[in-house]
Amino acid sequence: MNDAALSIDVSGLSKSFHGKAAVNGLTLQVQRGEIFGFLGPNGSGKTTSIRMLCGLLTPDAGSGTCLGFDVRTQSTQIKKQVGYMTQRFSFYEDLSIRENLDFVARMYGMADRRRAVEQAMTDLGLAERRNQLAGTLSGGWKQRLALSACMLHQPQLLLLDEPTAGVDPKARRDFWDEIHRLAAQGISVLVSTHYMDEAARCHRLGYIAYGDLLASGTPDELLSASQLVSFNVQGSDLALGERLKALPGVEQVVAMGHVYSVSGADGERIRQSLSGIEGLRFEPVETGLEQVFIQLMERSNPEKIR
Amino acid sequence: MKLPLSLHRLWAIVVKEFIQLRRDRITFAMMVGIPLMQLVLFGFAINTDPKRLPTVVLDADQSSYSRSFVTGLQNSGYFHVLPYSGGIAQAKQDMAIGTIQFIVSIPADFSRQLVRGERPALLLEADASDPAATGNALAALASLNQTVLSHDLTGALARLNGTPPPFDIRVQRNYNPEGITQYNIVPGLMGTILTLTMIMMTGMAVTRELERGTLENLLAMPVHPLEVMIGKILPYIMVGFVQVVIILTAAHFLFQVPIAGSLALLLACVLVFLAANLAVGMMFSTIAKNQLQAMQMTFFFFLPSILLSGFMFPFRGMPEWAQVIGSALPLTHFLRIVRGIMLKGNGWAETWPSVWPLLVFMGVVLLIALKRYRRTLD
Repeated sequence: MNDAALSIDVSGLSKSFHGKAAVNGLTLQVQRGEIFGFLGPNGSGKTTSIRMLCGLLTPDAGSGTCLGFDVRTQSTQIKKQVGYMTQRFSFYEDLSIRENLDFVARMYGMADRRRAVEQAMTDLGLAERRNQLAGTLSGGWKQRLALSACMLHQPQLLLLDEPTAGVDPKARRDFWDEIHRLAAQGISVLVSTHYMDEAARCHRLGYIAYGDLLASGTPDELLSASQLVSFNVQGSDLALGERLKALPGVEQVVAMGHVYSVSGADGERIRQSLSGIEGLRFEPVETGLEQVFIQLMERSNPEKIR
Repeated sequence: MKLPLSLHRLWAIVVKEFIQLRRDRITFAMMVGIPLMQLVLFGFAINTDPKRLPTVVLDADQSSYSRSFVTGLQNSGYFHVLPYSGGIAQAKQDMAIGTIQFIVSIPADFSRQLVRGERPALLLEADASDPAATGNALAALASLNQTVLSHDLTGALARLNGTPPPFDIRVQRNYNPEGITQYNIVPGLMGTILTLTMIMMTGMAVTRELERGTLENLLAMPVHPLEVMIGKILPYIMVGFVQVVIILTAAHFLFQVPIAGSLALLLACVLVFLAANLAVGMMFSTIAKNQLQAMQMTFFFFLPSILLSGFMFPFRGMPEWAQVIGSALPLTHFLRIVRGIMLKGNGWAETWPSVWPLLVFMGVVLLIALKRYRRTLD
């Protein structure tokens, strides 16, 4: 069952809380060895989706499989082969690193627990801190411990819910190197994030907003599908940002220091608008994923915004 | 000089506290519920002067005198004479179990000796394991022999009235002849301490997982709810036994409380009682949203337990409704068990009537707990 080509294959998964839809007909496929990035604004249903995939929530509707097991009826089998890293640190703060890992290893009934725990600590550079209480660790170390613990039982699928929130850039880069190393071994990863640089490191991306999966594809596919054209604009006017927003054809304006990034679907029209203002320097640039997602967000049904 | 306090800031804190207080429904309910419960329990249920205590009269004489005496007993208000057909052995067994408080034995030649002016004696045996429960009844008894037969002893027999009284009542205080309060309190204390600590510790152990967010991780692992429950209960059973050892040692060496019965039987019953209380803690933890609520629920349960179980006040002094509530609490039955074994030397036969209610209680509570236990985050 575990050598199925699709690690996640679900369709129409829905879940609502108190009559309010959190996830609305999620259809998702993740290949073996693929890193799938899950993006979307806060409260868009990413966590709910991940929880449904690993059996923590029962879907109201929809069906599908995770590692070949039915998400509705075989959650115990799924739990055995899935590593789930929660958004909030959820290991025992009053246990040391080693004790936490021991607990997890015992939970999964690992044959050579002592060696596995030792190996996990060495791999993640936790060995010197083994006796430190988890509650006293900094954010980056906590995140390393959590990742190490959720991989201890050698899962086939990792579900990571905003694993790098509040973690410094170096630790984030190390973390993603590790994710790629695991994917190369054939492990599938579903990771939710708000960081665009992380999104760019995924094989494929899905964008979810207000419970609906709005778009999915490789980063390049999403970029070209958006048809957005971007310019970097510089000028002396202090209120330039506001003026730029009002220009015909301009959909997004982002201030980045002294430079404004202006984007929109109709490149020619933006160029004309910009040319009409005196003393303005502008040059075409590559559109970033961020602009694509903001566009997706603004186009999604505003009636569903809470 | 300007005061460093600002009314605005003070008010801001007050408003915030009130909002938080209102949001925490259980705390709010407890703040109203606990005083109400105390009022009802202390005001209506508790009575330190128990009356109508169950009494068995074994009247071998069956004369008008003996019947007058029994009527006198009843009229004192403290004795409730039960219709009884069994013998003395049966009566003693019932006293050991705790269903009757007094046994009155009137000898066969009571009236003959009385008429002859030989001042016969009748025997009143009391279950004195709780001195407070029998104290007033025995005090009322003291003058009964002077007055109870005054209407029967007329004519030539009238000379028997007066001092010394026409007959003698010998009182035998069973199980606690010297009426030492500690004999009753110390074994009972074991039950109350175990109730409080066991319920509180398990209640908080599970809600802690919820409060700290570790429950999500636990639920994401392939673990059966029963494994979680039993795994959480076992360590506390051991803690409970440590407490039992401390209390028993202190009871024996510090307070010289006798352990008349089998220690093994006592420990076996302790195990059942521990499990029943831990099940209550488990059930509370499936309801409470945080550790504070679990603690409040514990006190909500603990209060009637100490007041209505017979630990502080005589069980038989309470009105019927309070006795019914008391009978639903595990501590009530455990007190009977532990006092029975330690003071009365009860064996399995006398203990069982108090053990099965514990088992039923535990079964029901565990079922509720298992049903309410969260397998998912739904």
